[in-house]
Amino acid sequence: MFRTLISKEFLEQRRTSKVLVMFIVFFVVGLISPLLAKYTPVLLRMVPDLPADFAALIPEPTLTDAIGQYLKNANQFGILLVLVLTMGLVAQEKERGTAAMLLIKPIRRSSVVLAKWAASMGVLLASLVIAATACYIYTALLFEPLPVGEFALLNVLLWAYLSVYLTVALLASTLARSQTMAAAGAFGGLVILLILGAIPRVNDFMPGKLLEWGAQVVLGGDKSYWSALIACTALVGLMLAVACLRFEREEI
Amino acid sequence: MIRIENLVKHYGEVLALDGLSLNVEPGVVYGFLGPNGAGKTTTMRILSGLARPTQGRAWILDQEIGQVGTDVRKLIGVLPEEPAFYTWMTAREYLRDFTAPLYGIEKSEASRRAEELLETVGLAEAGKRRIGGFSRGMRQRLGLAQALVHRPKVLLLDEPVSALDPSGRKEVLDLIETLRGEITILLSTHILADVERVCDVVGIINQGKMIIQAHRDELLAGYALPIIEVEGNNGTAGWVELFEHLPCVENIQVTNATARMLVKDVISAQKELLKTIVNSGIAVRRFEIVRPSLEDVFLQLTHRETKSD
Repeated sequence: MFRTLISKEFLEQRRTSKVLVMFIVFFVVGLISPLLAKYTPVLLRMVPDLPADFAALIPEPTLTDAIGQYLKNANQFGILLVLVLTMGLVAQEKERGTAAMLLIKPIRRSSVVLAKWAASMGVLLASLVIAATACYIYTALLFEPLPVGEFALLNVLLWAYLSVYLTVALLASTLARSQTMAAAGAFGGLVILLILGAIPRVNDFMPGKLLEWGAQVVLGGDKSYWSALIACTALVGLMLAVACLRFEREEI
Repeated sequence: MIRIENLVKHYGEVLALDGLSLNVEPGVVYGFLGPNGAGKTTTMRILSGLARPTQGRAWILDQEIGQVGTDVRKLIGVLPEEPAFYTWMTAREYLRDFTAPLYGIEKSEASRRAEELLETVGLAEAGKRRIGGFSRGMRQRLGLAQALVHRPKVLLLDEPVSALDPSGRKEVLDLIETLRGEITILLSTHILADVERVCDVVGIINQGKMIIQAHRDELLAGYALPIIEVEGNNGTAGWVELFEHLPCVENIQVTNATARMLVKDVISAQKELLKTIVNSGIAVRRFEIVRPSLEDVFLQLTHRETKSD
């Protein structure tokens, strides 16, 4: 039964072009990040009448810049995409009436929520593989090859990072009765996490630390942020539990 | 087969069900009638697990609804009012690859069953089209098909023919008739002619309460007041005021050409009405005692309930 539900989710993501959008955007993110890192200083130096002293200050791009761009772009576009594509998953079914057609069948309500989460996480992972592959190739061409294992670990941490926002959106979608309310809830959750991420001591447990950790791993640093990983995993688990419990009790 | 005891349902301040009780025997087609807002759909939603009662209990096939450890959904088929589907799926996919597996039906049987049902509901040629392009009537037929995939013992049909054209309605009602005896059917509808046609037992609900529950013929024989129809030569202007105050007239409905009057006693009503017609000088083309229909019983009973409140 769970297999049927998850198959339906994957088919829906394909047929409604959500998968295509994710793949294209993440491919562009992966492709463009090392390009931007490499050629932004070049473009800056091409500014007309730029004083020579100023031009000398523009640093040569390095691998660190490429990784920084990749993380920045994946963060910005990734969060936006997962929020927009996830926030309607449950709310839309309730609004359209397909949730009722689903729940008159002998399935566990929590399976519906978990299948949506699992399918979305699967598509996100596949998208990150595409982004990482594009980024790896162009970084190798423009700079130097990245350490494979460490770069893979960075992307796993990126996946964990985006999974927090994906789950926020799914929770909002489950709690809300309409897509508009789901959108408000999803972006509200994003704002709360960003604010918490700016508070000293608290930010040690926030998703942002996972990106820092990923960058450290690739660039040869030795800092790790297990507390952030554990806290984010627990947060995702808690949000899923709340979403499942809510959906179990809700009258459709 | 289906038993409801004192079901109460509040939606905030609104009392949707007010101590509803009903009993549906096995193999019967039970027509669940009521005006808009009477509580029919609320009852269906509770029976199908989409809503929970505030008070009261319900059983299907001796399994109590909402009890931990029981799931009657394996044994029942449900067609909600205005069924909604995934527009990006084809009808065949919806039945074969989605609905059938959710009931635990194996792949080969699911494929066979999907084709059989598409044929039965008249969607065989539209099976590979996406549901997004279906008309409302086609979606209704698909809704019926998905309710029958797993050969349920009980069918809950909420307005199954409301969206269909006359030929579609006939086909679906014919299908329901073929299921009589094999499956217990609870059919909620506004279309009284359909209830009269296919239902064995009729339950009339109003304001969340069961007013009457009886076999169709018993209902007509026992509860329908006689009706006298009068058709005028020159329309029916002023007839309501002329006839409604007569002691023999229980209720009057007037169209452009005909007045239809529920009367308490046919013999005295004939005398009184004819006397009134003659005294008023109305030119009458037809004066007829007609057999009451289920609609007449329905209107009479729901009107009486409303008046007593």
